[in-house]
Amino acid sequence: MEFYALLLIIGLPFLAGMTAVLLPSDSRAPATWLAGLTTAACLASTIWLYPAVSSGGAVRHRIEWVPSLGLDFTLRMDGFAWIFTFLITGIGLLVVIYTRYYISPEDPVRRFYLFFLGFMGSMLGVVLSGNLILLVVFWELTSIFSFLLIGYWHHNQAARDGARMALTITAMGGLALLAGVLVVGHIVGSYDLEVVLASGDTIRDHPLYVTALLLILLGALTKSAQFPFHFWLPNAMAAPTPVSAFLHSATLVKAGVFLLARLWPVLSGTPEWFTILGLAGMASLVLGAYLAMFQQDLKGLLAYSTISHLGLITLLLSLGSPLAAVAAIFHMLNHATFKASLFMAAGIIDHEAGTRDLRRLSGLFRYMPITGTLVMVASAAMAGVPLLNGFLSKEMFFAEAIETHADSWVDTIAPYAAVLGSALAVTYSIRLIHSIFLGAPPPESFPREPHEPPFWMRFPVGFLVIACLVVGIFPGLTIGPFLHVAVSSVLGAETPEYSLAVWHGFTLALGMSVIALIAGTLLYLVAGDYLERSESAPIFGRIQGQRLFERATVAVSWRWARLIEEVLGTRRLQPQMRLLVAAAIAAGAIPVVASGLGFAGSVGEFDFAFAGLWCVGMVCAVAAAHQAKFHRLAALALLGGTGLVTCVTFVWLSAPDLAATQLVVEIVTTVLILLGLRWLPKRSESLVDPEGLAARMRRLRDLSLAVVAGVGMTALSYAVLVSAAPESIADFFVEKAYSEGGGRNVVNVILVDFRGFDTMGEITVLGIVAVTIFALLRRFRPAPDTIERPEQQRIQRSYDEADPDREAGATAAEYLYVPSVIMQWMFPVVIVLAAYLFLRGHDAPGGGFVAGVAMAAGFILQYMAAGTIWVEDRLRILPVLWIGGGLLIAALCGTASVLLGDPFLTSYFRYVDLPILGKMPLASATVFDLGVFTLVVGATVLILIAIAHQSIRRLRAARLEGGRQVEEQQQWS
Amino acid sequence: MELTLALAIGVLTGSGVWLVLRPRTYQLVIGLSLLSYAVNLFILSMGRLRGAAAPVLGADGNWNPADYADPLPQALVLTAIVIGFATTALLLVVLLVARGLTRSDHVDGRESR
Repeated sequence: MEFYALLLIIGLPFLAGMTAVLLPSDSRAPATWLAGLTTAACLASTIWLYPAVSSGGAVRHRIEWVPSLGLDFTLRMDGFAWIFTFLITGIGLLVVIYTRYYISPEDPVRRFYLFFLGFMGSMLGVVLSGNLILLVVFWELTSIFSFLLIGYWHHNQAARDGARMALTITAMGGLALLAGVLVVGHIVGSYDLEVVLASGDTIRDHPLYVTALLLILLGALTKSAQFPFHFWLPNAMAAPTPVSAFLHSATLVKAGVFLLARLWPVLSGTPEWFTILGLAGMASLVLGAYLAMFQQDLKGLLAYSTISHLGLITLLLSLGSPLAAVAAIFHMLNHATFKASLFMAAGIIDHEAGTRDLRRLSGLFRYMPITGTLVMVASAAMAGVPLLNGFLSKEMFFAEAIETHADSWVDTIAPYAAVLGSALAVTYSIRLIHSIFLGAPPPESFPREPHEPPFWMRFPVGFLVIACLVVGIFPGLTIGPFLHVAVSSVLGAETPEYSLAVWHGFTLALGMSVIALIAGTLLYLVAGDYLERSESAPIFGRIQGQRLFERATVAVSWRWARLIEEVLGTRRLQPQMRLLVAAAIAAGAIPVVASGLGFAGSVGEFDFAFAGLWCVGMVCAVAAAHQAKFHRLAALALLGGTGLVTCVTFVWLSAPDLAATQLVVEIVTTVLILLGLRWLPKRSESLVDPEGLAARMRRLRDLSLAVVAGVGMTALSYAVLVSAAPESIADFFVEKAYSEGGGRNVVNVILVDFRGFDTMGEITVLGIVAVTIFALLRRFRPAPDTIERPEQQRIQRSYDEADPDREAGATAAEYLYVPSVIMQWMFPVVIVLAAYLFLRGHDAPGGGFVAGVAMAAGFILQYMAAGTIWVEDRLRILPVLWIGGGLLIAALCGTASVLLGDPFLTSYFRYVDLPILGKMPLASATVFDLGVFTLVVGATVLILIAIAHQSIRRLRAARLEGGRQVEEQQQWS
Repeated sequence: MELTLALAIGVLTGSGVWLVLRPRTYQLVIGLSLLSYAVNLFILSMGRLRGAAAPVLGADGNWNPADYADPLPQALVLTAIVIGFATTALLLVVLLVARGLTRSDHVDGRESR
């Protein structure tokens, strides 16, 4: 039951987000209700789950995902995860209410809620993951949704830039985190959070600890916008304000410190942890507060203040003492409360006054007293004024900063940095209140007449501010128990005694608070006017991580990319092919160089007949290569010669199946290329200019590449051929072919039975290729110089036309009269041959492939004998149906065995007595082979006919204006 | 026997590579066909060379694997031959269509320089 509640919390936001897309685009109210109810349901489930975690236990459930990789979908909610879930869903609900009034009717609301709900789901995923890999997956999802949310107003350049920067920084951090998690998993041997949390000592003592720590810190610090990665956060302020209130105060940026606290028991307590985190936290605390003072944009001020407060949390976590961890967790909650309310208030001010510029805002209190009061209280909490929640955690922070944790200079300066940061926080908080609400209204009027917002827009702000007050005054009664559950779930047995009282007596920490308050106020009194006028912060304003980031981005993604493209890139095929061939040669050469090549071994007898055969074959190949440019027909004939020699070689080397297949494929390939020749341009040696030196050099280079490749292959083949054959799985096939496959032709049994699934894939490819060719040729446009009839046909035709007794085309028909009669008579013979090849396939050389190609050759013979039109008047061939049918037969044959409870494509066989044919082996593999046969027939015929048809299309096209292609219905498809 | 076949594979590869590096589409088609012969022979030769030992089991029921040539490379090559036909056809048609669209039979769709 608890598990379903957990699943609901994570799954519902994603589900609702997808539903939001289906709503009509202008539906504001339904989308808001959808988001609101979803968030409320998540919040309710969270509250309902509290009893399950309050006793110190954890709700946990594991669904196996890829268990072999240690990757499970594990959800786990303990006290710490609970309080974050509560924070995310609670503030999420307030933000939805606020958004209802904030988003203008022109903005696409659907998209906003899609991203918002998606983000909430991913953030809840981060918090509730019980497996570290799963956590990283959700972590990256939050980066992506935050990118989409920051860039919500994508017509705005600043929004696009800010979104891109945030994504680049946080996603790179996420990659580092993934690497870090993998290292941790390697150390521990499991990615399960509970296992990892229990093996703190193992991890800290491991030599890879520092690597893992650095990578994980990189992830956490980028996400939490900590120095030196802080600059993305101010740039993300181009996001709509509800986004800033949700992501940049309560959730997204908290993910970093959440992770640090989550892994605190495992990683903390070492000098590396202390130094790196301490420095980053301290720098963020002071620098963020310092830069916040100088901001003129209200949201910019809040962004830098967030950096500073997160720095405080990081610093607390770095100390490694349990009390500091308590303070850190407490401050995470407090900061979320007051910062979310301040962001929403900033949106209200922007909405009502039309600007967020602190220099232009002034004296707003008289227009919006209630909002003004709320902002003042929230700012006071931010500054750490007593009786507010910010004061409590800040005082715990001071108390911890004074304690000595590690004997180093970082520890020594920590209290001073703490006071300095707090004093600056006081200054910018006063500045925020003073410049917006106090003072006279500015002489120039506001872009709009400011007034109080609608009640429900102000409600979330008010609710959070009241929470600040209540927690600040009665901490023990309100937040106390929840904080205790959260803290003890992180620290376990180490949970220290702590008191949440407002008054602890006159302590040093109180003194530091007072100093910070007074110093901050004095600083504002002295420098307030200067801050109001300053354009940028002196000294540290010049340290611009942003500038560095932009330079790096430009260098990597523009300059270097261009450089590489210029040096290596080309749109020309030949250099690419050269690179490819050279790389292939290198890839072959490297292992040879590394381990050598042995030529010693047993050599069979030298066979003069075989050598003579290949003398012909090699001469044919070289001559084909030489003639392919100017004498295409000759090259084709020579290619066929090599093919035939290959075919004979197959017979010679005990591969009758290959020989048969090669022979029929050779025939159809030749026919195919012959059909294509007609569309190629004339090329004659006499028409070509003599080549220059550069071209000769190119040819020489290509020739040497070809020679190297040839010599390499010779050496490689020879080395293999003379070495002893290794143990192979062939024995298995030979032994089992008959007993398990029911066939004596082992090659065929392998194809249709042992490796039937491969064959299934291969015939699918064949079908796809055929359909692709068909589709390509449907809109074939021949080049203009090939539209006219070939010269030979023109001569024949003019001869026919000169004689009134002759029909057009009669000469060609007479030429082919004898062959065409033979070919027509051969048709039944070819069909019988194909059937014979097919039926004997399982026991003797033959099978679906060779029979299919033979059958297709029979069809194409008819086309050649009598012409396309004559054949199609008499014979309806539907090759696309053959292809589909073949695939269907093969798939059904495979599925049949699944229905009988065996794996896909298991075959059955028995011998049956058929009339006339006699005793026949009949295996279900034969049905599969029938599918292969049918598909091969269909594919081959489709390919050949598609090309052959172009000749008739060409004539029709030529008859219509200037060779423009005309769509025609093709009856044979 | 071994030397002859090794030389044959080398010569076929060399001729194929040379043609694949040429600028005319037709040369590419012929080159790839030659290369596929070479590759098929190479794969077949991985099972070593055996004469008169076709992997078709005799009727006597005594099936000793040592008496037969390796059937596995043959099965691989058989599908390779058919798929090779399909890819040659596809290449040819793509080149014809490209020639129709670009008016050129150069592999780049336009004459270089």
